[in-house]
Amino acid sequence: MKSFKTIKSIATPFDKVNVDTDQIIPKQFLKLVQKTGFGQYLFYDWRFEKDGKPRSDFILNDPKYRNSKILLARDNFGCGSSREHAAWALLDYGFVAIIAPSFADIFYDNCFKNGILPIKVDGEELEMLFKNDSEIEVNLETQTIKTDRTTMPFEIEKYRKKTLLEGLDEIAITLQCEDRISQYEKKSGLYN
Amino acid sequence: MPKTLFEKIWESHLVAEEKDGRSLLYVDRHLVHEVTSPQAFDGLRMNRRKVRRPDLTFATMDHNVPTSDRSLPIVDQISAKQIQVLERNCKEFGITLFDIHSPNQGIVHVIGPELGITLPGNTIVCGDSHTSTHGAFGALAFGIGTSDVEHVLATQCIWMDMPKTFEIKVDGKRKNPHAITAKDIILSIIREIGTAGGVGTVMEYRGEAITDLTMEQRMTICNMSIEAGARAGLIAPDEKTFQYLKGRRHIPKNYDELVDFWRENLSTDGGAHFEKSFTLNVNSMAPQVSWGTNPAMTTDVTGTVPFPEEYAKGNPDEEKAAIKALQYMDLKPGTPMTDISLDRVFIGSCTNSRLEDLIEASRVIKGKKVSPKVRAMIVPGSQLVKRQAEEIGLDKIFKEANFEWRESGCSMCLGMNPDILARGERCASTSNRNFEGRQGAGGRTHLVSPIMAAAAAIEGHFVDVRELDMI
Repeated sequence: MKSFKTIKSIATPFDKVNVDTDQIIPKQFLKLVQKTGFGQYLFYDWRFEKDGKPRSDFILNDPKYRNSKILLARDNFGCGSSREHAAWALLDYGFVAIIAPSFADIFYDNCFKNGILPIKVDGEELEMLFKNDSEIEVNLETQTIKTDRTTMPFEIEKYRKKTLLEGLDEIAITLQCEDRISQYEKKSGLYN
Repeated sequence: MPKTLFEKIWESHLVAEEKDGRSLLYVDRHLVHEVTSPQAFDGLRMNRRKVRRPDLTFATMDHNVPTSDRSLPIVDQISAKQIQVLERNCKEFGITLFDIHSPNQGIVHVIGPELGITLPGNTIVCGDSHTSTHGAFGALAFGIGTSDVEHVLATQCIWMDMPKTFEIKVDGKRKNPHAITAKDIILSIIREIGTAGGVGTVMEYRGEAITDLTMEQRMTICNMSIEAGARAGLIAPDEKTFQYLKGRRHIPKNYDELVDFWRENLSTDGGAHFEKSFTLNVNSMAPQVSWGTNPAMTTDVTGTVPFPEEYAKGNPDEEKAAIKALQYMDLKPGTPMTDISLDRVFIGSCTNSRLEDLIEASRVIKGKKVSPKVRAMIVPGSQLVKRQAEEIGLDKIFKEANFEWRESGCSMCLGMNPDILARGERCASTSNRNFEGRQGAGGRTHLVSPIMAAAAAIEGHFVDVRELDMI
């Protein structure tokens, strides 16, 4: 996994609650057996007309946001299916940070496993970001979002911050606990 | 200190606890399917890692398998490839696979319990959000993404932040248990607490109306915990649970001993503290029908399509969502739910495709014909369910009524196989998600119980099944 670097970009305001992973990446694109190439299908049914032409009224098709790396969203973003393809599609499209008041649990986990930073921001600060029209800076090291006018801090679990900043391989870390896993298996063994 | 059932299972599976708050949990059973696993196996190969416990890992193919004649080759080449990749991966890593021709093939959350792979007190994971289903057995079961599938394959463990506890107390007695089903209970709960009501929690369902339920009905309840956003759903095991699992193919040899242990240990202590609590009474519950594009957008069959502002109760984001949902569903506020006509009916999915679901549906289908306007299909959850249904003649009842009787799989719950809605088609579905496009781009889904779906197929529109003579 790539380590997370500070990003500066305009944020794409996605003004909708309960965006589910079926919308982020519709099921007809889940049959690929690799992790790349999903970006072209991101929000497919919302982004394109029936004939495959981009829908002019869909926010991602606004040229202003073409190179945006930050997605600004509403409550319960990423609910529904556990498909990690949703995170792969967002990353492949170019989003590396998602700011929302709340996320669905499995999606939230999936983001971190792929180097995407989901940030929880609420209330006035969120509204301020939705109104903001210029570039913002997301700095994980200092846990801040900076706009032209203000700097807002955000919370993040320590270990998640470390994993992202260092781009750590979680499996390698767990395998260092091998002794404890074997011990558990010996001691418990109730079901195995 | 008194503990909740969740806390007991959590503590008994702790391998390590870090100072930063996260815990490493041991996984007793890992279920694998074709859609969310290929990238995980690739990751293992790239890093030259093995599957740590192939004996605790079970795989099947369910999401994209066709439900038509199994002796024919799969037409969709990309689906065929995904299925072949799972076969190859299971062979290479030594994992038990119930393949498309296996007599035990089926939806992963249907076959886990019916094969006795699912056990009380277990931790169970699967790369599928409806893994919460297995909570009906008092197992801590949750869906994970593909990175975690790879992690569990390699380590048999998973890192987690401890979820909060959420008591869902369901009191009362259903007036007519054929008409008011487990599906109506869980839809009513989600309607009240919302699709994010359970985020960050494990919901334990308790109370008379829960213990009254059969195991299959409890699975329907736990299955949809994820639609309320919960990490997992949980019901304490009881004699019904132990009886259901007895004699099943994969239960451990010391089963009776385990039952004694479970009886002793797997319940929430009196006085245990839940961080959140919600109570619902089923005494006057009506059959539920969803009208919108998430499962909380649901109302009584006797009700009408709501006005957005009435649904939103002052929340502007929810009001916007409701306006958009009504547009997508092509419904007008004030329309009686029973006036909504249907093009399709789907009885199936990990929510409602078990033998009891089919028996219930058959009660209103027997001797009747599907409305000529409607195309209706029944997709049993597993090959075993299919055989059992055929042994008691259900297939004949369905076929004589012009229902399609198909092979087992996830089918039109998510439409990854050829079973999909055409643009604009309206479907009464026993599945779990009415998201936009879920059953096919532009398709419109109404979530209901099996008996409500069956009655809608016959009449061509929704009906209040409490008014039917046969139930």
